[in-house]
Amino acid sequence: MNMEKNINRREFIQKAGGTALAVGGLGLIAGSGRRSAHAGEVQHPAQEMTYRTNKGNGDKVSILGYGCMRWPMIKDADDKDIIDQDAVNRLVDHAIEHGVNYFDTSPVYLQGQSETATGIALKRHPRESYFIATKLSNFSNHTRENSMLMYRKSFENLQTDYIDYYLLHSIGGGGVAAFNRRYVDNGMLDFLMEERKAGHIRNLGFSFHGDQESFDEFMKLHEKYHWDFVQIQLNYVDWTHAGGRNTNARYLQEELDKRGIQSVIMEPLLGGRLAKVPEHIADRLKERAPDKSVASWAFRFAGTHEGVLCVLSGMTYMEHLQDNLKTYSPLEPLTDKDLEFLEETAELMQKYPTVPCNDCKYCMPCPYGIDIPAILLHYNKCVNEGEIASSSQSENYKKARRAYLVSYDRAIPKLRQASRCIGCDTCVSHCPQNIDIPKQLHRIDRYIENLKRNTL
Amino acid sequence: MLRKTRIILATIFFVGVTLLFLDFTGTLHAWLGWMAKVQLLPAVLALNFGVVAALLLLTLLFGRVYCSVICPLGVMQDIISWVHGKTKKKNRFRFSYSPAKKWLRYGVLVLFIIGLALGAHSIAILIAPYSAYGRIAANLFAPLYQWGNNLLAWAAERLDSYAFYSVDVWIRSASTFAVAVITFLAVGFLAWRHGRTWCNTICPVGTVLGLFSRFSLFAPVIDTEKCRNCGLCGKQCKASCIDMKEHKIDLSRCVVCMDCIDTCKEGAISYARRRGRSVPESRNEATNESRRAFLTTGALMVTTAAMKAQEMKVDGGLADIARAEKPERQTPIVPAGAVSLKNFTEHCTACQLCVSVCPNHVLRPSADLDTFMLPEMSYERGYCRPECNRCSQVCPAGAIRPVSIEEKSSVQTGHAVVNLDICVVNTDEVSCGNCARHCPAGAIRMVRKNPDDKESLMIPTVNEERCIGCGACENLCPARPLTAIHVEGHEVHRHI
Repeated sequence: MNMEKNINRREFIQKAGGTALAVGGLGLIAGSGRRSAHAGEVQHPAQEMTYRTNKGNGDKVSILGYGCMRWPMIKDADDKDIIDQDAVNRLVDHAIEHGVNYFDTSPVYLQGQSETATGIALKRHPRESYFIATKLSNFSNHTRENSMLMYRKSFENLQTDYIDYYLLHSIGGGGVAAFNRRYVDNGMLDFLMEERKAGHIRNLGFSFHGDQESFDEFMKLHEKYHWDFVQIQLNYVDWTHAGGRNTNARYLQEELDKRGIQSVIMEPLLGGRLAKVPEHIADRLKERAPDKSVASWAFRFAGTHEGVLCVLSGMTYMEHLQDNLKTYSPLEPLTDKDLEFLEETAELMQKYPTVPCNDCKYCMPCPYGIDIPAILLHYNKCVNEGEIASSSQSENYKKARRAYLVSYDRAIPKLRQASRCIGCDTCVSHCPQNIDIPKQLHRIDRYIENLKRNTL
Repeated sequence: MLRKTRIILATIFFVGVTLLFLDFTGTLHAWLGWMAKVQLLPAVLALNFGVVAALLLLTLLFGRVYCSVICPLGVMQDIISWVHGKTKKKNRFRFSYSPAKKWLRYGVLVLFIIGLALGAHSIAILIAPYSAYGRIAANLFAPLYQWGNNLLAWAAERLDSYAFYSVDVWIRSASTFAVAVITFLAVGFLAWRHGRTWCNTICPVGTVLGLFSRFSLFAPVIDTEKCRNCGLCGKQCKASCIDMKEHKIDLSRCVVCMDCIDTCKEGAISYARRRGRSVPESRNEATNESRRAFLTTGALMVTTAAMKAQEMKVDGGLADIARAEKPERQTPIVPAGAVSLKNFTEHCTACQLCVSVCPNHVLRPSADLDTFMLPEMSYERGYCRPECNRCSQVCPAGAIRPVSIEEKSSVQTGHAVVNLDICVVNTDEVSCGNCARHCPAGAIRMVRKNPDDKESLMIPTVNEERCIGCGACENLCPARPLTAIHVEGHEVHRHI
């Protein structure tokens, strides 16, 4: 395991350095509630951000990267969801001021609005003070024209003439065959390698969700394409307990280490699932570090491995950002004992039958209008709160039944509930966690039917 | 004392009956359901002879206590009249004696009986007091109650409490709503101006009870020796039935409210046993215990939807979903327990109690002329869920007879019909089967669209013998605007 005491307190040549101390109102961020502390209580945790060096070109990358998949949304005049640009600007300013310099987006995030919003916020800072990562997300249409259009549009949206980190978006599902269809047969990968040579792309890599076999294939292709970096899902649960068809992060990281490829980490917090943990797991984490947030454990875990260049976090709220800045300024790597403790924690979490949904919304919109992530997250919440009854004889049955049925109707409008899922399977191929969504929805629907009929 | 007792009892009944229409959780009906069942017309239609006999006996003994205590429309009028009396002292004494309008009272009663006998329900149930009150409560009071509840639910949600949950507030039928509003305004106006005029001219129940109360054993009696002819009793009599010149009280119109007893300062009026008169036999004509003939079977017209498909609020990341349109049904669907359309229409008083309590938004009043205001089922907002039998528990008139949950699952109220042309399996070429997945009777079988192809998509078929007409398939079918599967009612319900 890679658990060297990596304390890379490099100075970062940027105005941020000096002001990093000024982090005010940092939160004692508590469990799943994630509340900020009293405004008056100014804490000075931040010495300075930990940076990692890109071995290929010497980029000093902040260990905390900003995932631009979860920007705050508001409603516009027509009741459509739009990104809250003011809030994004504030978050970006605060992040850059405190040393964050890696921003990861994609043309498809947030109904296609993420790149533009991120571009607007970043444009207000000197281009050399941050790195932009975006992706070729040609899922639905992978013709050369369409892919090319998407590539060009990213420059336009992000208002830049070079992209620091460019990724082939989410390969692995569908194996090498799908990879070939999306990037090889249409000549896009050759084109992107040319672009790298020309300096329009500074680093070329891919993000991965899939099985070990296809990962091995992509590692073999390293000789041919020379991956500058690879983005993987790594956290203390997936380390050795990856679910479904996904590969253990430990295997992925070790394979990358062997080849000297640095990793960018996605889902370090499993879309918040490692922050919103069942009560007694939260107690366990708090007992060991009463002043640290539940989430901080997950971020420290991801940052501890030395082959990691950057850990992405989709921080919707200022309090998330502040907590993560606190965790990474500087990063306190986990000890062997800590790692053992987290492994035990991961094993305990396996006992909770949550659905491994990270609320990435790739499955949406469902053509039949189902609000898939809302249904799964609601279910997970009830699992974590112990509100799932195993039978009508259970002690908590009456309470659990009412809580589930009432909160379900509150969380999801009737016409978007699981009973409406027809099982057309459109969503299945979109899920990076390989969840068999219709099967899960039908299972949840059956549970609800049993509750309603009192036949559990 | 007597007056106070009357007011307390009336309040209990009025609040109880009203709550039956307001409580959508179904908890109160177990306790208060009998209050609907002791209403006269429902009891007659339910052939509930015990209740009918008890009410007649009550009237023969004590006069029209029913009108002052049990009848919610009567109590509602008392409240309105009382409010007017409170505005000014003059208004409290705004009444005066008027002779009975016999031709009107008996004319309406005869029309009412003829109406029932000929199956012209609309007219009969339009003036039946309990039905009229039910429509007012269900259409005017219930929405207020539900909005209040939704406000509490809104607050509860913010306090992370499950004490309240929010409910849909919607008008089941525009025409029935209009009838309720007009009835409320008409009865309200009469009560405001003239007290109990409605009860003593139009109300058929009042007229029938009047036939008995005139011979009642106990009644308010004027002691001519004590009376000083001040006339106060007559001026405050909301039934306008005290003839002061003659010192007589028209007991067929007196609703024994006891107001006059309290008003008389001389103590000249008392509620006492009348002397020298025996109780004559009751006349049976009005109780109308014979079943009404039902002539209109088969002539049921197709109802036009009062509701239009409604646009959903769209979230950016969510596809639009239109509400399903109401299909045209050859035969209306009525709940398990109704036995048959004939039985249902013969007994139903259109009081809307079942509509009020239906938690799945399935029941709503018909807009069709032949069955105007009578409840019928439709599945755009929900379906007749297998764990629910509330309508059969609350019906006071025997239109929906009690059915246990277990029995309900074997009553065929209708059968599903598939229209494969608009089924998403054909239109979108996707696999679906949502109807079959949710069919509680296992009546929908998915079969291969192309029998020669093992991998073929599956299309739904209905085993009519097993279908109970609950509408789960129709409600959960994704096809729009019309669903690809819908339920046709059965004229006579069958047991599987």
